[in-house]
Amino acid sequence: MSSAAASGDAAARPPLLELSDVVKRYGPVTALAHGSLRCEAGSIHAVMGENGAGKSTLIKIVSGVVAPTEGEMRLDGAPVRFRSPLDAQKRGIVCVFQELSLLPDLSVADNIGITAPPRRFGLIDRRAQVRQAERWLAEIGCDGIDPRERVRDLPLSRRQMVEIAKALRHRPRLLILDEATSALTADDVERVVVLLHRLRAEGMAILYISHRMHEIRKLADTCSVYANGRHVETFAHGTRSEAEIVRMMIGRELSQMFPPRPPRPIEAAAPVLEARALTWEDRLRGVSLSVAPGEIVGLGGLDGQGQREFLLALFGCLSGLGGEIRVDGTPASFRGPSEAMAEPARLALIPEDRKTEGLMQPMTVAENLSAATLRSWCRGPFLNNVHERRAVEEIVRRMQIKAVLDLPVSTLSGGNQQKVAIGKWLLAAPRVLLLCDPTRGIDVGTKQEIYRLLRELAAGGTAVLLHTTDYDELIGLCDRVAIFYAGRINRLLEGDAITEEAIIAAALDIGAERERAA
Amino acid sequence: MNRAGLRLVLRHNALPLLAGVIFAAMFGLYLALQPNGIRTDVLVTASNKGVLLALIAAAQTLPVLTGGIDLSAGAIVVLCNCLASILVNGSGLQIALGVVGVLGGGLAAGVFNALAVVVGRLQPIIATLATSTMFYGVSLLLRPSPGGDVDDDFASRLTGAWYGIPVSLILLGAVLLLVWMPFRRSLTGRGIYAVGSAEASAYMSGVKVAPAKFAAYVGAGLLSGLAGLLLTLIAESAQASAIQAGDLTLNSIAAVVIGGTSLFGGVGGIVGSVLGAFILRTIGDLLFVLKASPLWQPLFQGLILLLAVSLGALPMLRIRNRLETYR
Amino acid sequence: MSVPAAMPQRPRLQDRVRVLLHRLDPPLVVASACILAILFGGSLYNSSFLSPHYLLQQLQVASFLGIVATGAMLVILLGHIDLSVPWTLATGAMLATGLAGSTLGGIASIPIALAVGAAIGLVNGLGVTVLRIPSMIFTLGVNAVLQGLMVLYTGGSAPPSSAAPIVRWMSDGQLLPGIPNAILVWAAVGAFAAVLLRATPFGRTVYAIGNRERAAYLSGMKVRRVVCLSFVLAGSASALAGLLLTGYAGKAFQGMGDTYLLPAIAAVVLGGTSIVGGRGSYAGTIIGTILIVLLQSMLAVMQMPDAGRQIIYGAVIFAMLLLYGRGRSGQA
Repeated sequence: MSSAAASGDAAARPPLLELSDVVKRYGPVTALAHGSLRCEAGSIHAVMGENGAGKSTLIKIVSGVVAPTEGEMRLDGAPVRFRSPLDAQKRGIVCVFQELSLLPDLSVADNIGITAPPRRFGLIDRRAQVRQAERWLAEIGCDGIDPRERVRDLPLSRRQMVEIAKALRHRPRLLILDEATSALTADDVERVVVLLHRLRAEGMAILYISHRMHEIRKLADTCSVYANGRHVETFAHGTRSEAEIVRMMIGRELSQMFPPRPPRPIEAAAPVLEARALTWEDRLRGVSLSVAPGEIVGLGGLDGQGQREFLLALFGCLSGLGGEIRVDGTPASFRGPSEAMAEPARLALIPEDRKTEGLMQPMTVAENLSAATLRSWCRGPFLNNVHERRAVEEIVRRMQIKAVLDLPVSTLSGGNQQKVAIGKWLLAAPRVLLLCDPTRGIDVGTKQEIYRLLRELAAGGTAVLLHTTDYDELIGLCDRVAIFYAGRINRLLEGDAITEEAIIAAALDIGAERERAA
Repeated sequence: MNRAGLRLVLRHNALPLLAGVIFAAMFGLYLALQPNGIRTDVLVTASNKGVLLALIAAAQTLPVLTGGIDLSAGAIVVLCNCLASILVNGSGLQIALGVVGVLGGGLAAGVFNALAVVVGRLQPIIATLATSTMFYGVSLLLRPSPGGDVDDDFASRLTGAWYGIPVSLILLGAVLLLVWMPFRRSLTGRGIYAVGSAEASAYMSGVKVAPAKFAAYVGAGLLSGLAGLLLTLIAESAQASAIQAGDLTLNSIAAVVIGGTSLFGGVGGIVGSVLGAFILRTIGDLLFVLKASPLWQPLFQGLILLLAVSLGALPMLRIRNRLETYR
Repeated sequence: MSVPAAMPQRPRLQDRVRVLLHRLDPPLVVASACILAILFGGSLYNSSFLSPHYLLQQLQVASFLGIVATGAMLVILLGHIDLSVPWTLATGAMLATGLAGSTLGGIASIPIALAVGAAIGLVNGLGVTVLRIPSMIFTLGVNAVLQGLMVLYTGGSAPPSSAAPIVRWMSDGQLLPGIPNAILVWAAVGAFAAVLLRATPFGRTVYAIGNRERAAYLSGMKVRRVVCLSFVLAGSASALAGLLLTGYAGKAFQGMGDTYLLPAIAAVVLGGTSIVGGRGSYAGTIIGTILIVLLQSMLAVMQMPDAGRQIIYGAVIFAMLLLYGRGRSGQA
């Protein structure tokens, strides 16, 4: 295809799908500030960006899961709005989501033919369905999967391939793969690459979202980089170096959001909590890390590399844990949060999902705030309301929570809810505070307050372990940063070594990849 | 079918197959211990009792497959029992219309449940518990005191034998082959499994969730109605008994669980439940021929149910992330 | 962000109104209004409907249901359900009459019945927390086993012996002149439950578990222990009700508990407790219980046949469920 012909074509024919200046807001939070995208038939378009750069929101809009707040989406040049994933599917746009949409108890063939199976006399023709599934599985190079097998009985990597086959069966014009290769083996990835090349030759448009640079290198015709919810640049593949791409992904000034970091003492205090070679199922593969009073240790890396499991393990939520946890140098084992929060460890965990894990939404603000420390407000067997009330009011003042104490916590804004989730544990005066992405979906003002609070707590001698997907927080707030990759700590950064480049490189495992390639 | 296919069929149907083997062993023992030898009337009696519970268990299976439950199944049986004791009488045409009326009653009750669960978005447990009271009330309205009558000829023909084969068994076979098998292969039938397996994924995949659930509760009502008709033909009278309704519901759940259908939905089927029902019934018969006191029977059935549901919970014990065991 | 360090804590009028509205329980208001309507309607029908004697008699009848409903409420608040009520109640009753003739003159029957009820509750609680079997299924199974055990124990018929004098006194005697003791027992059980739910960490934990078990667990609450203990209390309550019933009726009989399961759940739900757990007050359960008993009584006074009673029962519960029993999809 000569470039002159291509440009002539493009002028004559509108792109398959085009988004211009699309915005998506959830309440006060802007998830996508400026989304622009052009998908051409017969071309693979890679979208890159850090966590929270707006990629997933973009995908959700394109595949009909959510509707954009502002902006226009055009299909074949005509404005379009999708009402549901099914609606998008009918117009030829199919997405392979990261979280699988398969039915575990049904067979592979049932799953692939779920909406429109081959039928005879109105009934599902099982044999034809199995043949059809075999055909699609062969198409993606997975002849090894028996279509009669139940999806539940397949390993995750196989399931992901079935998901791809299921998407292809709709014969989409635009196929979206959202981190669809995250659990695949190297062989499978190779198969997918071959498949996508062929589909491209057949004229399909493909939107490819991945963190893996080497896959993008093999596949992409065009690349778009997103950062901070904005489209940064779109360029033909190969016209930018990897270093330039990484710089684009950062693309902003580190704002003055963070409280000043105190100088680190020459000789750090003895660690209060220490993990030695923690292993759990296949999610933790030997994690060793310690945290001392007064320091904030960040846990970084891509989503789902074991950071969450690590915090849950420390808090006693995982059974069958390998390795060792030490508190003040003595081995400890917790059979649940109630033991982890007790003396001498006094751990506290601010969980990831404040709606389902952090708060009892229909209960009042006051009841939520005192939930972790009920025993302390007792006189004899009874709750002492005066006592409890005083403590709750005190914490509300200290954290500047804007709330009516006797109304359900669900009436509060997201930021204030998160403050309640944290305040509940401050009443327990924890020695170690574990936080799981505490600023996700929270406005900037509250974020700053939480940063200040964490720094204050650290100054007061609390040890803080902060898991966050926001690189700014790792750089601006943390004294040390552990970057997780595939269930282990890939790199431990400290002081001036905590740079965006270093974090991204470790999170994407780029250095290691180069070594493997060499 | 090749070897791999056979292996898969065996694995996916392990629990119903196990139930089948257990039933065969128990029933074989029962026949061997029969003092009078194997006679048609022994088979007919056993079949009638077994098919009655099997139909209710089949009814219960449908909502359970969607991840719900129908606690009113027994009450619908009693309701249709009372209805049949009034309607199934008279000339041939009247009897035919009566049968249609009884099945229509079951269907209507099923539609009521379906509306409560699908449109009213009520919890199936409490909704069907409430409707069961209403159905029971209607039964009392129809038949304030035990009694009633059905056409003798019709009753004896349907509860008798045809060339040595119990007619009730033929009826059950017809339900399985002509209703269940095709239904399971319809889009709605598969929708029931899809909804029970993972409701959100089913929705994302374009499965029509509401019609599938609706069909499950309506189907349950219809099959319970058929069971009510059979009960009337066997007993040749009717009684609006809350205790009987409760017992039937409990036994239907027990049969479903023993037959290998998961209470969380998505796995299992009516064939297993039918076998589960036969097992439950045979326990009583076995205890009888073993000359055990009939007083032991309820205890055995209760213990077997408790054991069956406890075995079903074993996978829960393997979960290593304690958080996931909490709602 | 320049929020003053100390926020004004003076409650604004607007906020106070919102808190009041939040605390105002629509089900409680509706149920109370229904009670008044029944009393009014009943008095029009029959003037003795409002006489103290009749009302006290109704309260005595309500006390059995009220005690069962207390246990049921505790379990429902957790988001569970106890379907073993019928035979737990019958077991309590049958043990009470069975032991009446024993050497201790039947005094022992009281603690024994309560202990057996507690043991049944413990089995339920362990099945639900350790095996993680849905409470509905497990308690149904336990109910079946209890039925089997009692059939074995009594030989399949009503036990011939009647309740011990002390049990009769507990139910039908009058410690305070004019007031049957059963009402006092209910009052004591109710006061215990109300204090437990409102003023102890245990109660707060019950509500937390019902609202979001996972959040309760991550707050360091001892979820399993509290769930187990709640089932134990519920089992004891059912057995106590069975005990009192034998004192009232003189005898125990098969299926005597069957008429208590649904009314108890109905009383709890009509009193505003959410069937999915986490919300509800004990006052509501009292009102719900009285409503059910009065409804029954009025239907009886009006010589409504049993059929109509059952249908109205079911329909009232059904309507109430549709009004406010649909979970909290908006918030959850």
